[in-house]
Amino acid sequence: MERPAPSLPPTLPSPFLDWFASKGWAARDHQIAMVQRAKAGRHVLLIAPTGGGKTLAGFLPSLIDLSQTPASERPEGIHTLYISPLKALAVDVARNLMAPIEEMGLPIRVESRTGDTNLSKRQRQKANPPDILLTTPEQLALFCAWDGARAYFANLKTVIIDEVHALHGSKRGDLLCLGLARLQSFAPAMRRVGLSATVEDPDRLRRWIAPRPEVADLVLGTPGAPPRIEVLLSDQRVPWAGHSAQHAMAEVYETLKTARTALVFVNTRWQSEFAFQELWRLNEDNLPIALHHGALAPEQRRKVEAAMARGELRAVVCTSTLDLGIDWGAVDLVIQLAAPKGSSRLVQRIGRSNHRLDEPSRALLVPANRFEMLECQAALEAVAAGALDGDPPRTGALDVLAQHLMGACCGEALSSEALFAEARSAAPYEDMSQQDFDDVLSFVSNGGYALRTYDQFRRIVTGQDGLWRVRNPQTAQRHRLNVGAIVAGATLNIRVSSGRHGSARKIGEAEEWYFEQLTPGDTFLFGGEVWRFEGVSGMDARVTRSADKEPKIPSWGGTKFSMSTHLAERVRDMIMDRDHWQQLPGDVQDWLGAQAAHSAIPAADGLLVETFPRGGKHYLVCYPFEGRLAHTTLAMLLTRRLDRLGVAPLGFVCNDYVLCIWAMKPMDGLDLDGLFQQDMLGDDLEAWLDESVMLKRMFRHCALISGLIERRFAGAEKSGRQVTFSSDLIYDVLRKHQPDHLLLRCARADAAVGMLDIRRLGDFLQRIVGKVRGISLPKVSPFAVPVMMEIGREAIAGAAQEAILEAAAFDLISEALS
Amino acid sequence: MTAPTNPPVRLPCGSIRLRVNGEAVTLRPSGALWLEQHQTLVVADLHLEKGSAYAARGQMLPPYDTAETLRRLTQEVTALGPGRLILLGDSLHDGQAEARLAPADVDQIDRLAQGLELLWVIGNHDADGPRHLPGQTMDEIHINPLILRHEPLPAPQPGEVAGHLHPCAKVAGKGRSVRRRCFATDGQRLILPAFGAYAGGLNLRDSAFSPLFAKPPIAAALGKDQVHLIGWNQLVADR
Repeated sequence: MERPAPSLPPTLPSPFLDWFASKGWAARDHQIAMVQRAKAGRHVLLIAPTGGGKTLAGFLPSLIDLSQTPASERPEGIHTLYISPLKALAVDVARNLMAPIEEMGLPIRVESRTGDTNLSKRQRQKANPPDILLTTPEQLALFCAWDGARAYFANLKTVIIDEVHALHGSKRGDLLCLGLARLQSFAPAMRRVGLSATVEDPDRLRRWIAPRPEVADLVLGTPGAPPRIEVLLSDQRVPWAGHSAQHAMAEVYETLKTARTALVFVNTRWQSEFAFQELWRLNEDNLPIALHHGALAPEQRRKVEAAMARGELRAVVCTSTLDLGIDWGAVDLVIQLAAPKGSSRLVQRIGRSNHRLDEPSRALLVPANRFEMLECQAALEAVAAGALDGDPPRTGALDVLAQHLMGACCGEALSSEALFAEARSAAPYEDMSQQDFDDVLSFVSNGGYALRTYDQFRRIVTGQDGLWRVRNPQTAQRHRLNVGAIVAGATLNIRVSSGRHGSARKIGEAEEWYFEQLTPGDTFLFGGEVWRFEGVSGMDARVTRSADKEPKIPSWGGTKFSMSTHLAERVRDMIMDRDHWQQLPGDVQDWLGAQAAHSAIPAADGLLVETFPRGGKHYLVCYPFEGRLAHTTLAMLLTRRLDRLGVAPLGFVCNDYVLCIWAMKPMDGLDLDGLFQQDMLGDDLEAWLDESVMLKRMFRHCALISGLIERRFAGAEKSGRQVTFSSDLIYDVLRKHQPDHLLLRCARADAAVGMLDIRRLGDFLQRIVGKVRGISLPKVSPFAVPVMMEIGREAIAGAAQEAILEAAAFDLISEALS
Repeated sequence: MTAPTNPPVRLPCGSIRLRVNGEAVTLRPSGALWLEQHQTLVVADLHLEKGSAYAARGQMLPPYDTAETLRRLTQEVTALGPGRLILLGDSLHDGQAEARLAPADVDQIDRLAQGLELLWVIGNHDADGPRHLPGQTMDEIHINPLILRHEPLPAPQPGEVAGHLHPCAKVAGKGRSVRRRCFATDGQRLILPAFGAYAGGLNLRDSAFSPLFAKPPIAAALGKDQVHLIGWNQLVADR
């Protein structure tokens, strides 16, 4: 834990004291603490709220060290490497760091290096390294695969990792952690510094940031004033279903007018488009309201960010693209449209407002439907109680390790013992077995196939010295083109057709699947305008401006986030506890009361299952409150079982709270304990997974990350679809002939965590054993109405592909060949 | 001369029977063509050892493609008991593919060739044909009124049965699309889908197909256990 504070306040060197004084500031305690830990040579994790001078605290020891050693006496090379998950942040920090350096006249050269940095600057940086280099995890992976890396980083003193909370739980984090282990072997005395927002379990990040088995020291910044959060109690009725919060938009607009600058967070891009359009419809005062989401062209996003930085905007409607990033001092209100899905995300978003620590951040939660009303209330109470969502435990992904080992062997010759020890010094891999490591190394070398026909083609080979090295420079070059742990889905550029002559302007990009459901002439909303879809050519979706006010294709689609376990528990408890109901708006109270009268209130530790007939079909609705992912998995598995039981299930629909299955035959008399038995996670799961498209998609990601298939060939990026096609063929063959192959194991593990939420479902099934309560109703219950309103948006996936072919198969007689 | 206008028929095995240039042919869900009257089975574009060709260049695709392709081919031979098996070109992925075949796969080809006439039509990937494997190498084969060759000739060719182009049919459903290997025919000529496990596909809407057909072809797309006939207007381009 944190060490006791020193008895005497240490002083900063005089130029620094003067500089702080000139600003009218005093160095904060955590900034001083960071300097002390640096002197003691400790790895350190700093947890501080945004706006607490966190970045400066991270750099302060390096600035002091550099300022005290004349450039001529310094060893050659990078002194401090800063790594940020966002390119924009690396560039922005460079700018912010220049202020103190220039104002103090320090002889320190700072440069940034991202995917956007041009070749000549990169080469110059290699030949003539700056003192401080600001970069991204992907650039570090590239450095690791460079044969000059060991010499280049030999004198590295400090590595600073920003936004650790956002990085550590992902494949990107795995790759970064392995990269840090590589750096540590180049510069054994290198100190690691992590900067993080508040998290539920700081100890996990302290382990993550340090070379294992060490643990980083913890320094805590002063917490800011507690935020002032309210849930919008609309004068309108809270809708039964939906995610748009349209009913409350006028009230949102009125609230915006009271703020200097507001960030309006939504959960999906399409929600952001919708909200943006709605707000402008109401915008009689012509407030400068902008839109920011990941699909907009980068230039356009930068324009919005710059206008924001200049204080020219009153509001920005945004998605998670602005969860992280540049500090905007002017923001004094955060609005969350639709439920935040987790208390940690909410805290992060609220933290984007009001960076003056002594004043509370102000936030307004706007629930879009009745269940979200409960969820928003739960989130508000969680934040007030300081309760954050815990991250599920994570073990390092083996496809990422494969990429890293390949990169390491492109950089230098290494023994398998050294590689194993180094990988295990990265926290995600500290418990990795020798067997897993050997499998990965074998995969990197010859593909890891039981049929060892590829030994003659090994990508990495051992020499007389027993060390592994890349087979030849061409293989190394191909690896470097495929570095990184981010796999984007297939996206198309959206371009405005401007007459016959080319030069179509790009306004953004969107997933390929979105355009597959459009036919030319359809209109849709993007970037706050209605566009007419003209068709697709190459990698471009061509559009023209439309005079329509309303898009023809609605941009429905709920949330891409699944409600956190922690929040789910709070919602369940809230429903159970009738005293709590009084804090909810009247129509929600009425709704809860009606549910109690017509059916039952779901018990906190059990499961309520309702069955009822409607419109000639039979419905089963249950209330696990375990989030959309776990519900979808459960629904898939239940459907299989119901099929075997002969009730002929037709379809299902899920949201974060409820799942609903409908069938041809009644489901009242079923053995519910048997239906929900935990063994569904065995054979049924395997059987379903084997047929699922999702596992193929997971496999594609693993195949790309591990280097089995290539992202791009020198120059042109393969289109996502082409990669998808070939990886599906590989998947089919591999599954039949070597089902335990490393990459299939990786794909299953990823699916279990990322898409299926198996752990959560397993916990749930265990919790409800013997506590499943079935109620047979004459008609739909009040709680079931919201999910019933979502029917029609999803269907049973299993036979869907064949069904599409069947539907397209033409009438054999009417269109007979002639 | 026009072909008889018998409509296509779906057989209980999931195959489609239709006429090409007047000759009744059976399109199998496996992607094989069955000429029942001639007891002849035809498959195109096996691309054996495509996986190892990639491995040689540093991309370690699973080495099971040859075994998988032969397994599916053996299934068809076992099911139909043909007197003649025609491999319609690009059977081997490249000139060195034969040397890379695993011994078990060579044995499997030997077993396949027993009790039937094995004919290798040469393609652009395997212009020399196999050196040691059983069977006879041919440029093209006439089975009246059909002519079987690897690469389709440009302009309409009544009776031509070819491979080479690896046709795929893409159909848009609600919210998503399905892309499957397919036969393509206008009733005059027939293009076979690729049979090899690692053979990619070319969308039937691609311009490479347009010189081949006098009128828009239909696709016979390979479903799980059935062939689905799909009209030209139902097909969508890849982009």
